[in-house]
Amino acid sequence: MSAHKIYVPGDAAAVALGADKVAQAFADAFKAKGLDVQIVRNGSRGMHWLEPLVEVVTPFGRRVGYGPVNPKDVGPLLEAGLLEGQSASLYLGNVEKIPFFAKQQRFTFARCGIVDPLSLDDYKAHDGYKGLARAIELGGPATVEEVFDSGLRGRGGAGFPTGIKWRTVAQTPPQQKYIVCNADEGDSGTFADRMIMEGDPFTLIEGMTIAGLAVGATKGYVYCRSEYPHAIAAMNGAIKIARKAGYLGQRIAGSDYDFDMEVRVGAGAYVCGEETSLLESLEGRRGLVRAKPPLPAHKGLFGRPTVINNVVSLCSVPFILANGAKTYSDVGFGRSRGTMPIQLAGNVKYGGLFECAFGITLGELVEEVGGGTFTGRPVRAVQVGGPLGAYFPTSLFDTEFDYEAFAKKDGLIGHGGIVIFDDTVDMARQARFAMEFCGVESCGKCTPCRIGAVRGVETLDKVIAGQDRERNLQVVEDLCHTMKLGSLCALGGFTPYPVMSAITHFPEDFGRGAPLSVAAE
Amino acid sequence: MALIQETDFGTPVSKLEKRVTLTIDGQKVSVPEGTSIMRAAMELNNEIPKLCATDSVEAFGSCRLCLVEIEGRNGTPASCTTPVAEGIVVKTQTPRLKQLRKGVMELYISDHPLDCLTCSANGDCELQDMAGVVGLREVRYGYEGENHIVSKKDESNPYFTYDPSKCIVCSRCVRACEEVQGTFALTISGRGFDSRVSAGMNEPFITSECVSCGACVQACPTATLQEKSVAEIGTPEHSVVTTCAYCGVGCSFKAEMRGDELVRMVPYKDGKANRGHSCVKGRFAYGYATHRDRILKPMIRAKITDPWREVSWEEAIEHTASEFKRIQGQYGRSSIGGITSSRCTNEETYLVQKLVRAGFGNNNVDTCARVCHSPTGYGLKTTFGTSAGTQDFDSVEQTDVIFVIGANPTDGHPVFASRMKRRLRAGAKLIVADPRRIDMVKSAHIRADYHLPLKPGTNVALVTALAHVVVTEGLVNEDYVRERADLDTFNDWAAFVAEERHSPEATELVTGVPANLVRDAARLYATGGNAAIYYGLGVTEHSQGSTAVMAIANLAMATGNVGREGVGVNPLRGQNNVQGSCDMGSFPHEYPGYRHVSEDSTRELYEKLWGVPLDPEPGLRIPNMLDAAVDGTFKGLYVQGEDIAQSDPDAKHVIGGLKAMECVVVQDLFLNETANYAHVFLPGCSFLEKDGTFTNAERRIQLVRKVMAPKNGYADWEITLLIAKAMGYEMDYSHPSEIMDEVAASTPSFAGVSFERLDELGSIQWPCNEKAPEGTPTMHIGQFVRGKGNFVLTEYVGTDEKVGPRFPLLLTTGRILSQYNVGAQTRRTENSRWHEEDRLEIHPVDAEDRGVRDGDWVMLRSRAGETSLRALITDRVAPGVVYTTFHHPNTQANVITTDFSDWATNCPEYKVTAVQVSPSNGPSAWQEEYEEHSQLSRRILAQAAE
Repeated sequence: MSAHKIYVPGDAAAVALGADKVAQAFADAFKAKGLDVQIVRNGSRGMHWLEPLVEVVTPFGRRVGYGPVNPKDVGPLLEAGLLEGQSASLYLGNVEKIPFFAKQQRFTFARCGIVDPLSLDDYKAHDGYKGLARAIELGGPATVEEVFDSGLRGRGGAGFPTGIKWRTVAQTPPQQKYIVCNADEGDSGTFADRMIMEGDPFTLIEGMTIAGLAVGATKGYVYCRSEYPHAIAAMNGAIKIARKAGYLGQRIAGSDYDFDMEVRVGAGAYVCGEETSLLESLEGRRGLVRAKPPLPAHKGLFGRPTVINNVVSLCSVPFILANGAKTYSDVGFGRSRGTMPIQLAGNVKYGGLFECAFGITLGELVEEVGGGTFTGRPVRAVQVGGPLGAYFPTSLFDTEFDYEAFAKKDGLIGHGGIVIFDDTVDMARQARFAMEFCGVESCGKCTPCRIGAVRGVETLDKVIAGQDRERNLQVVEDLCHTMKLGSLCALGGFTPYPVMSAITHFPEDFGRGAPLSVAAE
Repeated sequence: MALIQETDFGTPVSKLEKRVTLTIDGQKVSVPEGTSIMRAAMELNNEIPKLCATDSVEAFGSCRLCLVEIEGRNGTPASCTTPVAEGIVVKTQTPRLKQLRKGVMELYISDHPLDCLTCSANGDCELQDMAGVVGLREVRYGYEGENHIVSKKDESNPYFTYDPSKCIVCSRCVRACEEVQGTFALTISGRGFDSRVSAGMNEPFITSECVSCGACVQACPTATLQEKSVAEIGTPEHSVVTTCAYCGVGCSFKAEMRGDELVRMVPYKDGKANRGHSCVKGRFAYGYATHRDRILKPMIRAKITDPWREVSWEEAIEHTASEFKRIQGQYGRSSIGGITSSRCTNEETYLVQKLVRAGFGNNNVDTCARVCHSPTGYGLKTTFGTSAGTQDFDSVEQTDVIFVIGANPTDGHPVFASRMKRRLRAGAKLIVADPRRIDMVKSAHIRADYHLPLKPGTNVALVTALAHVVVTEGLVNEDYVRERADLDTFNDWAAFVAEERHSPEATELVTGVPANLVRDAARLYATGGNAAIYYGLGVTEHSQGSTAVMAIANLAMATGNVGREGVGVNPLRGQNNVQGSCDMGSFPHEYPGYRHVSEDSTRELYEKLWGVPLDPEPGLRIPNMLDAAVDGTFKGLYVQGEDIAQSDPDAKHVIGGLKAMECVVVQDLFLNETANYAHVFLPGCSFLEKDGTFTNAERRIQLVRKVMAPKNGYADWEITLLIAKAMGYEMDYSHPSEIMDEVAASTPSFAGVSFERLDELGSIQWPCNEKAPEGTPTMHIGQFVRGKGNFVLTEYVGTDEKVGPRFPLLLTTGRILSQYNVGAQTRRTENSRWHEEDRLEIHPVDAEDRGVRDGDWVMLRSRAGETSLRALITDRVAPGVVYTTFHHPNTQANVITTDFSDWATNCPEYKVTAVQVSPSNGPSAWQEEYEEHSQLSRRILAQAAE
């Protein structure tokens, strides 16, 4: 046992900000000084402006933070008594007291940034595998009902009740069934999946194991995007450990249930985050969207009943089982129960992951939690729910973070990503970008998306160039109608959201008068 | 006559039994559960706009034209991918839907050339139709945007072009290649707007894995994949449904015509043998009918060394008759005979045997079935009681275990192979017994569960070993055997196969197949559910061909796999009408319907019908005719549509026999190899130029319909009538239907068959009589035709053709997809682009031993003769085995094959010849001499000025 323990995040965002170099600088310094210090590469706490955020366990057992730490800060910090938790420059004290963190309600991310991601003991010491133990006790059908009662909805974006999905698969006749985890997190400004896979991989393993037990599936796949090498490594490492410890494989945790899983890596297509093209890709084919029906719950992976859930949905399950459906469903807003890990990104002062109950307003999130823009200029627009989400003007900042409330304003919360723009943004170019993105990422199967996206870019270019504006805006509107109702999947179907919201809320950027709401004031 | 337009229901038929009722645009319709809304609407003649849906492939949902609204449901689901549900109310035409469809069409047309007037699909284009249907009037995007209009056309395939500029990426071609054909040669390359159909990895079609079956061309809704013939001639204006004249699958085609010019052959969806599919031969290889080599005028010559002299039909027929009469006068009644053709119609075959029996007054008639499936006739008649396969092709859809032995369906019977592969992809298991690693062993999405790579010539040992496992491991279906089989014969057989010497361990030495593989395969066959055996010439063309057929029949009976759908013993007949030519009394010992010439009642029936006394003694088989010719007792031969000089074994012996005759009359499209030794040449006509019927491998009788007048002046049946009349035996028919009426009246199994009935039902599988007025898809239901199933002991006797120090390799022969048998037709089409010459497949080890490199000329030598051809080094063949095709006359594979033959039927042992292979410099002296002789024999005198 080392005398001291410090935490230097191994999270990709922290690494991008120099965490590896910081860790190396600490290691070098300890070696030079002959100090026996354990360096734990934990996950991120989700406060990106403080990364690399180094934490130290003081001799009194307190955990205090310093950040953002630069490698050149390492020497002075050690000099100033970092290992003893002395106050110095960059000293943050107890990081859980930082308002951004203190305001959160961490259910799903409870362990993320705290534990050693690849320590099963650490995981268990922090309530890990309590959910599975309860699920084993309850049995499959009762576990499904527990998830149903929690009100958990798909956190990938669609918001479909997870319990109903599980019930459908559970009710198919016994046969080979699968649990597929959608870890193809491609939305702009989102990183929740990555953070939890890197920072608390056992949670996902436990969630998938519970899902397998609940519906009678014995095999799980995590379909992870290739751009997440750290997450892939963490998941693979954790799977190996779990298997060795009897938490995967036959008779998991000494029960009568079998479940095993593996990680499959995507090849860089955004559309493979759409569940049916994900299944195609997982089967080794082109990532082409499938028509539904049949639903994956009936005919999914390799034609078998399949639960396909997002990482965050599955990672919420251990908490629900361990603490009971009621604890989870007691928080929330309307039909959106539980918590949502909201990701603040783009031009924002305090970017990061903020898990809280549904119902917080968009304005609170952007202005209070996020602290406004990074540039300090006024916020002009925020895009919520990834590249296919609507742009919200500040006039809609009173919208509650809730699936239905957002739908009512022609928007979506998606995977909980919020990208913030200041007043220098050109919304016509943003609308064009939405079409361009759709064109680049279209699988090419359905016509509205395949050809429509290209024509959308071309027509918006005409609008931007001031060519026959009103007529071309009409063409764009008609095209959006065709894409929204005609597309086979959400890629083509949701591209109209950013385009139409930009035209509706920021008409002046398209050569039209000010929006009605503003004009009325 | 008009162009036949088949209804496209958009999605395949649902086979579920439960029916659901729904309302579409206010009309109630009741359809099977699982039917798409699109198809249900089509049942009401409500054609929902569509582009990516067609009923030969599963719904895909990509074009987004077929969107509908369903009361109480959100959005606008696609009617092709949305199944019906009880009580739903569907609207197919609303303002919202109209706007959506117009929006989608506007996008399509914004990336499509606007050259409709000069487009080869003008008037036959679904995109054009849909633009009209949805009322598209304007493309507001303009045409300056990104597009594919300058994409380059791929014209590499001889029969069709691929024009990416016209592609709407509906994937119908890709899906047809996968689902219908099962080759998986096509894909979509690129993503999003760059998506485009691609053969393989963006290869030209000709060098890709494409097998040119035409399924993609047929599926294409635009001119993207288009027959070159349509581009050249224009769209057809009328069509006639007829039956393909290539293999024994018997595909139905629409011959699409403009005037009397054939524009294209399109597989007919209602064809019960092919269900709308085709292969490169039937679909495209019809150009031989108008090839410059085709002879259209009769010719005669005194000696075979003379050049040919064109004469009138009268002179040719008169000469033939007078020569035959002279020969019979000089050498006796039995000195002449005839050979019927498995390529000609039932009616023509019937006439030739009638001419021989009634006109020549002897039974010297035989057929090319002698050299292929005569053991099937013998073996299945002995065991089951009838000389034919037990199932229809549809049966394979109910099969759980497919056992292919001695057949290469992907090359020989490609359309049925596609159906087999479809069933295999759906989960059926597969056992393949073949010396080569044929495509059924492993190809795209197909992998045999067990491949039993036996040494050529050891079928009987292998099948008996399978039976040994069944009997000794208690896998016999005892209830079935007790009820259905002759128990005495079963008990004898069970005791016989149970002997230790028939165990897989004991026979492994002979067959070369590891014992555990044999055991596992036998267990699968016996216990895997419905098991069906499909076999071909690899079973029959052996010295123990008949024994092997009976061994197969025994195995099927012992496991209860005869007499219902999904099981059975299925010979894959080689030629379009080999079943029919046998049915029609082509064998020297049998009248039509397999009744022996010595049976008084049958003979009396025909004596009465034909008005002449008939010979009760069987006549000569082909090999016997040739022997007798060499001996000087057989002098005249009428050969209709067969090329014995190329197709029969031991070519030198055949030629010797022909040379010894005084009048050889050949009736054919071309101066074939046999014609080199003929004195009279009567130009025949193609299947496009006559009426009649063919009977395929499922006993299915189908109409061949005349689509154009005979280019030679007479249909083949008329020529036989002329000869008969000149011989003094007049036969009076004004149409082939009258010949079929005579067959029906005199043959119990054909009693219910007539052209009218065939027209009505589309096709009939015999037996067809009062008991089965619409024919018999599955035979031996309830009981075997012979009563109780007869088990026969199948002692393995190795062929006398054995390898030794001089001839250490075993040669086996077969066919390839693009060429057909002796190649008389396919060699005269662009199909030769895929197979210009026969090559010798040899294992790398055997090649290296002999210093042979890929593509080298090698000398192939057997006890019978030698020939040269080029080598193809491949591990598809096992070490010790070499393989070649026999499509090209200059290869002369049959110079190598021996005169060994089946003990029961004289079917030649083509499939096993001991050979040696050595490097050579080029064609052998014999081949060069033969080529020279052929050139000389084919000279035609310049026509004297008339």
